[in-house]
Amino acid sequence: MKKTPLYDRHVALGAKLIDFGGWAMPVQYTGVVEEHHATRTKAGLFDICHMGEIDVRGPQAFDLLQRVMSRNLEKQTIGQIKLSVLTNEQGGIIDDLTVYKLADDHYMVVTNAASKDKDLRWLQSRKQEGNFSDVEITDRTDQLGKLDLQGPQAQAILQTLTENDLTPLKYYHAMHMAVAGVQSLVSRSGYTGEDGFEIYAGSERIGTLWDRLLNAGSDAGLKPIGLGARDTLRLEAGMMLYGHEMCETVSPCEVVYGWLIDLEKDFIGREALIQQKKQGVTRKLVGFEMVERGIARAGYKVFTDGREIGEVTSGTFVPTLNKAVGLAFVPAIYTDPETEMDIRIRDRDVKAKVVKLPFYKREDKHIFYNVFI
Amino acid sequence: MSKTNPTDRKYSKEHEWVRDQGDDTVTLGITDYAQEMLTDIVFVELPAIGKKVKQMEPVAVVESVKSVSDVFAPVSGEVIEVNLILENRPELINQDAFGEGWIAKMKMNKPEELKGLMDAAGYEAMIREEKH
Repeated sequence: MKKTPLYDRHVALGAKLIDFGGWAMPVQYTGVVEEHHATRTKAGLFDICHMGEIDVRGPQAFDLLQRVMSRNLEKQTIGQIKLSVLTNEQGGIIDDLTVYKLADDHYMVVTNAASKDKDLRWLQSRKQEGNFSDVEITDRTDQLGKLDLQGPQAQAILQTLTENDLTPLKYYHAMHMAVAGVQSLVSRSGYTGEDGFEIYAGSERIGTLWDRLLNAGSDAGLKPIGLGARDTLRLEAGMMLYGHEMCETVSPCEVVYGWLIDLEKDFIGREALIQQKKQGVTRKLVGFEMVERGIARAGYKVFTDGREIGEVTSGTFVPTLNKAVGLAFVPAIYTDPETEMDIRIRDRDVKAKVVKLPFYKREDKHIFYNVFI
Repeated sequence: MSKTNPTDRKYSKEHEWVRDQGDDTVTLGITDYAQEMLTDIVFVELPAIGKKVKQMEPVAVVESVKSVSDVFAPVSGEVIEVNLILENRPELINQDAFGEGWIAKMKMNKPEELKGLMDAAGYEAMIREEKH
């Protein structure tokens, strides 16, 4: 298993480590529920060094990305981030990722940990195929570390370690700054449903950054957070996870990523997606909550009137809402809120109902969600 | 750190405890070590009263945020009582696995099975082994 530069620190903190996409990662330090609450009410620090960073540079960087990304990057400004998907010819999702525009000829693509190698191969072969000779694709995952600082106290904590004013930094925007003397790229973004930042810095300095942040945030209640709480936080906020809600045979139209597709521009997968839009998709991802006692888990089957109609992709008990929720694929006719369905839990059918996503929305969210990402 | 395993009961390899009530009935639950491994327990599925189980068959289910685990019956018999409080307060197992976090009571039909279970010292030796 690969280790992040923070591995020894996790062990020293007493974290429980698991294999996640080939990386030894902390699943929890003190407990998933406690860590979840810490992030929602104060702040949490996450080791995200396992995620992939791919540099795309050169005069044709934009052309290549515009060809492979579902999202139209034309109006992206320098410093802006765009959430996007890479789609194959059939319109299936190869990965969901964020595209940072650092300069007109320089982008950084941030990938899921387990997808990084295939994303890299995909970009390289599309480069060859499309004759985008004037672009350089570099895997920077090993040189770059990434920390996520999330929660209502995130800005106050980070502000104590940088001279740059963080207030003007908008949602889904990034800027370079020194944090605790470490040259970093900081974006206001994340995967928890809270305000917060994703911080990128050289691997050799990421340990310093981790220590300084934990220290600076200790009075404000900052805690290290494992992947267990990262999963409950993202699910509660209605966010999807590659490998659960998405794979190469799932189209963005079937999940909640229809808005990431721009069919006005040419990209790989466009024709298939146009067809799909015309015909309509047969299955769709919905959010649900349990009506009766029980916790639905990934892989459990969904029934209506005793007939199997779909499958749960993610499901657990989420601590802030204090209930069992999940995401599931069901036929498009069963997606209206309040639609009842049964989830088969250990040979027993337990009632659930469709609810609108996200399950959880923080109160001040409009401040950031006014900005179209 | 786990709490000390009480010496007034027997233990299974799957981390259940069982206490002989002296009238062919037993109380059972999971050990403190087990709750510590499972972490935050958020759901308990209790058996129906009258359910008959053989030794080491699943008798209940405990779920944490991340995992679903069977609780195996350390002895064969019939469920005569369940700890209904766990339906609303599953965290009692985390807080007091050997006491208030008990799961069910059973009437044994093979009381001799108790002899095959571990005592506290034997169970502790097994945990030490597991940790290595």
